[in-house]
Amino acid sequence: MSGVRSVAAQIWQVASIPLLAIVLAFIVAAVVIVVSSVFTPTGFEPLLPFAAYASLLAGAFASDTGIYNTLVAAAPLILGGLAVGLGFKAGLFNIGVAGQFLVGAFGAAVVGANLADAPAVVGVPLAMVAGALAGAAFGFIPGFLKARTGAHEVVTTIMLNNAAVLLLTWAVNDLVRAPGFSFPRTGPIGNSALPILLGRNLHLGIPLAVLFVFAVRWLLDRTTIGFEIRTVGQNPNAARYAGMRPIFITALTMTLSGLLAGVAGAIQMLGVIGFYAPGITASVGFDSIAVALLGRSNPIGILFAAILFGAFRAGPPLMQIETSVPIEVIDIIQALVILFLAADLIVRRVFRIRAPKAEITELKTITQSWAGTASGGPPS
Amino acid sequence: MSDQPPVLEMRGITKRFPTGTLANDAIDLDVRRGEIHALLGENGAGKSTLMNILYGLVPPDTGQVLIDGQPVTIRDPADAIARGIGMVHQHFMLVPVLSVAENVVLGNEIVRAGQLLDIDEAAKQIKLFAGKLGFDIDPFGRIDQLSVGQQQRVEILKAIYRNARILVLDEPTAVLTPQETREIFEVFRRLRSEGASVIFISHKLDEVLEIADRITVIRRGRVVGSRKPKETNENELAELMVGRAVNLRVDRGRSHPGEIALEVAGLRAKDDRGHEALRGLDLVVRAGEIVGIAGVAGNGQDEIVESLMGLRRPTAGTIRLAGKDLTRATVDERRDRGMSFVPADRQRFGLVLTYPIDDNLALTRYADPPFAGGFAGLVRNFREIAANAVRLIKEFDIRASGPKALAATLSGGNQQKVIVAREFGQEVRLLVLDQPTRGLDVGSIEFIHKQVIARRDHGAAVLLVSAELDEVLELSDRVLVVFRGGIVGSFAAEEAQREKIGLLMATGAARA
Ligand SMILES: Nc1ncnc2c1ncn2[C@@H]1O[C@H](COP(=O)(O)OP(=O)(O)O)[C@@H](O)[C@H]1O
Ligand SMILES: [Mg+2]
Repeated sequence: MSGVRSVAAQIWQVASIPLLAIVLAFIVAAVVIVVSSVFTPTGFEPLLPFAAYASLLAGAFASDTGIYNTLVAAAPLILGGLAVGLGFKAGLFNIGVAGQFLVGAFGAAVVGANLADAPAVVGVPLAMVAGALAGAAFGFIPGFLKARTGAHEVVTTIMLNNAAVLLLTWAVNDLVRAPGFSFPRTGPIGNSALPILLGRNLHLGIPLAVLFVFAVRWLLDRTTIGFEIRTVGQNPNAARYAGMRPIFITALTMTLSGLLAGVAGAIQMLGVIGFYAPGITASVGFDSIAVALLGRSNPIGILFAAILFGAFRAGPPLMQIETSVPIEVIDIIQALVILFLAADLIVRRVFRIRAPKAEITELKTITQSWAGTASGGPPS
Repeated sequence: MSDQPPVLEMRGITKRFPTGTLANDAIDLDVRRGEIHALLGENGAGKSTLMNILYGLVPPDTGQVLIDGQPVTIRDPADAIARGIGMVHQHFMLVPVLSVAENVVLGNEIVRAGQLLDIDEAAKQIKLFAGKLGFDIDPFGRIDQLSVGQQQRVEILKAIYRNARILVLDEPTAVLTPQETREIFEVFRRLRSEGASVIFISHKLDEVLEIADRITVIRRGRVVGSRKPKETNENELAELMVGRAVNLRVDRGRSHPGEIALEVAGLRAKDDRGHEALRGLDLVVRAGEIVGIAGVAGNGQDEIVESLMGLRRPTAGTIRLAGKDLTRATVDERRDRGMSFVPADRQRFGLVLTYPIDDNLALTRYADPPFAGGFAGLVRNFREIAANAVRLIKEFDIRASGPKALAATLSGGNQQKVIVAREFGQEVRLLVLDQPTRGLDVGSIEFIHKQVIARRDHGAAVLLVSAELDEVLELSDRVLVVFRGGIVGSFAAEEAQREKIGLLMATGAARA
């Protein structure tokens, strides 16, 4: 009995700030909704937020379609969140998920198009693997640069995000452009599309993403590699003293992080988009950072955070139709969630939480990134 | 003096933390005007808690505080300051990017009409106070450019500036060099002659005997005695503190040196700034002997240890263990060959504070069987990790709520025991110990010294580096003196005289 209670206490210890940050974001956004209702034809409506949030919830979860839409939007965020979260565990801030996602999507698109007529059991796995490897390779570059030269991953991944966009635009234009289309794009993926499991759009990528949640959790909690990653993230000096090689772990973690982002790109490509064309955006890249922060880098936490962000994609249309509250309110809520996570003091004050010792170390990784003193650099 | 009422009386102070720890158990304490009063006790005895209660940081469960004979209620530090109580914490509470003067006046600014802050006036006063206390300080110097000792003085000035008559210092000497310790004691004496009272927390016997007018000993939350330095001695104080007779001088017994275990020849290495720190250093440690390295800090000790651990690449020379060249070996290879290390900075190198004890007890062998197996040896074996922790916690008497307690929650002494347990708790050929007892109380020191000797008698070679000359002399079968990156003297234990070694340490030559 006390076991149950202490597990609950432990969960509360890590999850309290994120959960309360969400609550607070909804409260503040409610104020915005009420205030702005004054300027609409219907006039001051103090109860409007309740209606809006109810239809937001309904849009995301009240129907099979809603749930499917939520999960389809969540799937790439789960993987992207895992990518960022894994980096955080090693004290690395991978801002390059956007680029790694695109490269992964491209790899899957090209291989998928080439195997469009092959049986799905061949095309799907190969296209997935291509996306994963492309993302891994693209994550390896900043990892290698950091390990070898100390070049900071924040700087290199930002640059590589741009490089990815330009490189892939060139590749689609000049290397793999499919004939017969009025604009540059890759060919149709045919049989390589991820099978639809339920409804119109719930594809195989969703269970796959959940599988990765448990795989990453297993890696981090149960294996020596995960122990090395966490130790390097927590105390790189102790890691060296213990005989670990922070340099190697840094490169490896960035590669694995890139792999996860690549898989995110691949499932989005093979499950939703279907072909690569310049200009497909990778907002997944930045939302993944938010998801990882909200999930406190914990794979299970990331799963829930990604589903919430998926709901933020699937729910708003119904909210706008039923209550005329504009979709953009969701952007406000998302931004507030991150703001309150970063300024967790606000959350503690509002909800009178006695400051728990466990600070949000991911934020330290981020802020230290900018000061140029993040851990995991090359030995002196 | 004794007919005056005490400036401070604490009566029946009891505090039980929500975790169940009875940190203070009906403690009585009185402090007179112009007295340096030492609070002596082991780590975890309840000294800081008592002083935090006095300063309004922790509410007591029961008990009373009287100042100048009058009962007072202290709800927060502001109340304490208003009553003339000042506190210097173990971890300073200064703003690193502000100047000395700005830090001193922070929260207590002199504001003139039409002016925001009269920092020059404050600076003048700070100079004046510092002069009275016998030191000099630049009021416009930035905190982050001051040494630890100087920062501590800023903390003292901060308290004096707020008219503190009772100044509490929580383990002020733990972070100081011996020279800085002498200087801060001089400041205490000046404070005393100005009529202030100083409450000085320590677990170092020699220090309290040197500086205190009265010593109150606390053990497990209770006052177990109060002594004047003239009426007592180190042995009695140690016994009061620990609750049993303590051997302050361990009985080393005879050593039986065997084969050469460690052989370092012509070792050269650079320090972090690229200056040559080791200049062709030679040394030999045999199995079954303890070799101590004495020297003034900064003569290459760090570089010796780091080169041995594999954390610093030597520029020339060789390191051999049992004949095998390990100069360029990885940390892992060295450990596999039977090297073990107790690093000087336990929190930076020796532990991952955010990990539980069991992970820390397996930290340096995490990938070896039995701690890992399955799948190409990649899967951690938690049953073995837990069993190892349970065994070592018992064997090394680590005081913690259990194997899952985070290392960060342990006292310094128990943190060090975790490292010692991990590094000693297996067969070792060579033990490299860097400041193995720094900051520990007498009970823990005695324990660790006994363990070192037990390892030696088991046939391990031990290399001991310590800034405490006493420790080197006590523990070593052979003493080497290091000076500017080379060994300048070697003495068998019997002929190692303090004076001779001190002179060598200071000048590098037997005669100055
Ligand atoms: N905030 C706290 N919560 C729970 N236990 C505490 C807290 N502070 C101290 N303790 C416990 O109270 C005891 C006394 O601690 P402390 O006063 O810090 O000892 P000392 O300063 O003599 O080393 C220790 O067992 C310590 O673990
Ligand atoms: Mg203390």
